[in-house]
Parts: sequence; structure tokens; C-alpha cells
Amino acid sequence: MSKFKDIKKIIVEKPLKLDCGQTINNYPLAYETYGKLNGDRSNAIMIFHALTGDQFASGINPITKKDGWWNYALGPGKAIDTDKYFVIAANVIGGCMGSFGPSDINPDTKKPYGTNFPVITINDMVNAQYNLLDYFKIEKLLSVIGGSMGGMQVLQFVANFPNKSYTALPIACTSSHSAQNIALNELGRQSIMADHNWSNGFYEENKKLPDKGLAVARMAAHITYLSKKGLQEKFGRKLQERDDLKFGFDADFQIESYLRYQGSVFVDRFDANSYLYITRAMDYFDLTKQFNGNLSKAFEKSDTRFFIISFTSDWLYPTIENREIVIALNAVGKDVGFVEIKSDKGHDSFLLDVPDFLNAVKNFLNTSYNKVK
Amino acid sequence: MKKEFYNIAKLIDKNSKVLDVGCGNGDLMKYINENITNNIRGIEISKDNVQKCIEKGLTVIEGNAENDLKQFPELSFDYVILSQTLQAFLDPENVINELLRIGKKAIVTIPNFGYWKVRIHLLFKGTMPVTENLPNDWYNTPNLHMCSIKDFVNFCNKRKIKINISNLNYQNLFSELGIFIIEK
Repeated sequence: MSKFKDIKKIIVEKPLKLDCGQTINNYPLAYETYGKLNGDRSNAIMIFHALTGDQFASGINPITKKDGWWNYALGPGKAIDTDKYFVIAANVIGGCMGSFGPSDINPDTKKPYGTNFPVITINDMVNAQYNLLDYFKIEKLLSVIGGSMGGMQVLQFVANFPNKSYTALPIACTSSHSAQNIALNELGRQSIMADHNWSNGFYEENKKLPDKGLAVARMAAHITYLSKKGLQEKFGRKLQERDDLKFGFDADFQIESYLRYQGSVFVDRFDANSYLYITRAMDYFDLTKQFNGNLSKAFEKSDTRFFIISFTSDWLYPTIENREIVIALNAVGKDVGFVEIKSDKGHDSFLLDVPDFLNAVKNFLNTSYNKVK
Repeated sequence: MKKEFYNIAKLIDKNSKVLDVGCGNGDLMKYINENITNNIRGIEISKDNVQKCIEKGLTVIEGNAENDLKQFPELSFDYVILSQTLQAFLDPENVINELLRIGKKAIVTIPNFGYWKVRIHLLFKGTMPVTENLPNDWYNTPNLHMCSIKDFVNFCNKRKIKINISNLNYQNLFSELGIFIIEK
């Protein structure tokens, strides 16, 4: 797509056999880098984005003109210090920021793939992004880092490539999507599909986008990223630019107005079909099942040092699910640290200014870098 | 550095694999990490202390030793350290069993309730002893199960837990602290 012509991408020639059985090749993988690769190529970190993230983690996103999604954590002098480390971030396949996704043109039909795009998995995403290691000639990464779906990719990365990263930092994630996670994603998908404009996924031909459905999906999801306490403290029952209730269905409450706004700005930057595909990939994620019911087996061959972080108020990927990963690692004698950060900001804590979290990441990377040097 | 750290550290073989249970702010781990072995990690319940360990660049798992030791396989550490926390557990017996299950050797230190100052305090003042090592009052102390060196020795003997006393200078009356290496 033309709006992506100035962003960095590689065309991956090497065929990738997807979990669904199809094979793709010559597909675009869009990426961004931050910082400089050092002489012995020992300071490279790969970060993985969450459901609606992209490769523009820091600075200003050149497409949306908005701040990068991880500006608090990533940049010069920050927790992931780009004065020190070389950071690679790619857009996942299935995404909508330049990597191979459902809005790409299908060469057979000359039309966007829409729902003819193959169903992809977290495993497929990671295998696609692995090509960037070859591209940058990096023998071993200093770290793989990601929150939420990014954390799932971190776990999958270590399982697939056990000795390709010195350390791993999965944040606020899970090794297996829970029934509640799947239910919430299904809610979002059904909201998109219920929008008439969705047209079974072939909306780009009609030039009418399923914005309403996508906006509602985002609104619902957004609630799951916050905590009850956080919402109550920020919004409570405060009214939106009015002194009293209006006895109608306009946004009387600030929280309603806030959610509507979140939905409306989201549709400007995100593709509805990508939302379907990526949430599906998350739902299919079950690392325990991939290793025949024994999560420890996923990490058995690895020499990667883990540091796992969860947040007290995260009910989407709660501490107990993060702890299961810690337990699986300990069961096979792996080097793992774990901390639950106190925060009222819910699942979104990993994206926000939470000093204890940012300090923990910074300190862990410092120690890791000193050990590798 | 506390003298206790030095005394514990010298019991540990170079480059062995160590777990510090209830590692606090990480001071002991840091000392061992720098001087004896870097294959060391801790488990700690207090969030503030976990942050302090991370600041020191140490591997720490936030958790409750009372429940979270069971995730470690048998004999997965050369040494498991329990420094002055045994008395704070709800079920110290279970914790000792867990230490001996996951560690080839366990290093346990206890504040000695048989120390002469403690005895004098109770004898003459008639109130619960408050000393440098036991700074809290009876109503706010985290210590649920105080014991003396003699108590601990009896405890081990009854359960046929081997006490390796070669490096120990344990005397029930004159030591503020008991330091033991025990093994199954």
C-alpha cells in the first residue's frame, strides 16, 4: 500500500510454512530500529508488540503522527536505553502497518486478501520476525522483550530458538489464552462482523469500512486493559460537560465519552480484518499444548535467562498466569526472576509511566548487558 | 557488611548453585554473588525488598517461601540459605522439609532465644525480650516461632536431620545467632 512506501521493510523470500498449512514467501515484513548496533553485534534487543501495536514503538509514528506505543520504556536514557542498545521492532504478520496482512493485494485476484488471508498464529509471527536476525547478521540477541501478546511472542521465540537470546522479558502475558481471554476477543470479533460494512471481510472493495464495529471492539477491549479502581478514580460517575443527567443516550458520563473517543481514534489507525486475525492468533496461543501438556519442555533446551513481570491490577493476564511460567521454568532449573509490580493501571501498566516497572526493566537489562560484555 | 554474612558465605563452596530463601534486600546475596558464586538467586515476599534486589542486579523471585518452594525440583540447589526467617513462618517444620528436599545442604540461621541477654531480660524485667536482633515488641513482631539453639538442635536430632557443625561455633548461652548447615 502506498502510504507505507517510505517505511522500512524486508521482503522475506524464504518460504514460511504457517501452522494453518499454507506456505507463504516473498512477503513484506515492516520494521523499525532504534539505537546503533555495536561492533561485536552484542547489544541487539528484539521487541514484540501487542495486539494493536506496531513497529513504531518510540518517537513519533510516521503514519499515524501519534506517539510511539512504548515511549515511556524505549528511547535514549530510558529503561530500554537506545543510547546503549540496538532495538529491532517489527510489525507482526497479519498486522496493518506494512507487514504482510489481510489488506495486502492478493496477486491472484488483484484485490485485497480480506478473509482469504491465511489464519496466522503467534508461532508464525515469531518465525517471520526471526528473519530480521539474519538480515542484521545477529548471532545472538541480548534480549527479547514484549508485553501482552508481545510477551507471548517472547515465550514462543525462546521455545523456537532456545539459544538465540541471552535473556527474555515476557511482561503481563500468559502461556495459554484463557477462556475469558478468548471470550473477550470473540466479543470484539463479533462486533466487527455485526457491522454491515464488514461484508464478510471484503469491505475494501466497497470502500465502506466497518468502523462502527471496530470502534465497539476497541471500546470493549479498552475496558479490559484498565482496572476497576483505575476507572473509578479517573472517571467515577463524573458527567461529561453537563450539570445533570439528560435522560437520553448521549454520553452523559465521562467514561462513556472517553470510550467513544478511544473507539473513534482507533479506527483511523487500525484495520478491522487485522483485528480479527491477530485476536485469533492470540486465542490459538497455547504453548503448553504445543509441548504436549508440559510447559517446562518449551524451555528445557534454552539457556536464556528469564525475567517475568506482572501487575497487581492486571485482570486480563493476571499474576497467577505469569507465575505459571515462572513455575515451569523453575521446574527445569532455569534462571528466572519474577516480580509483581504494584499498580492500579491494569493491564495497560506496561505501556504507562510506572516507575517500579521501568526501573526493574532498566536494571535487569543493565545486569544482562554487563554479563554479556 | 554484617558479620553474619561473612560467616554464611564462608560455608559455601565456590561456583555452587544457591537459593536464598527470604533474601530480604539482597545484601547477603550480593556479597555471595561477588565473592563466592554468581549462580545465586533469591525468593522474597516484600515488594520493596524485591525492587532492592533488582536494583542490585540480582535474580529474585517474588513469592512466599511457605508455598513457593514446592515449584523447585528435588536437590536442585547445592545450598539453600534461610537467614533469620525460620521463626517467621507459619509452619517452620514444613519449610525445613522443603529446604532439605530442594537443597543438597541448607544453611539456617536463627536468632537464639537462649542467648544470655534474652534470658536476663525475661528473668529480671519479666517482659518479652527486646534486643538488637529482636527489636520488636510481642504484639508487632513477625516472629511466630522463636527457638533457642538447643531447641533447633533437638528438632533436628528428633527428625534425624544431620547437623554439620564443622564451621559452627554454637553455644546456646553465648551466641546471639545460631548458624547451622543441615542435610538429610
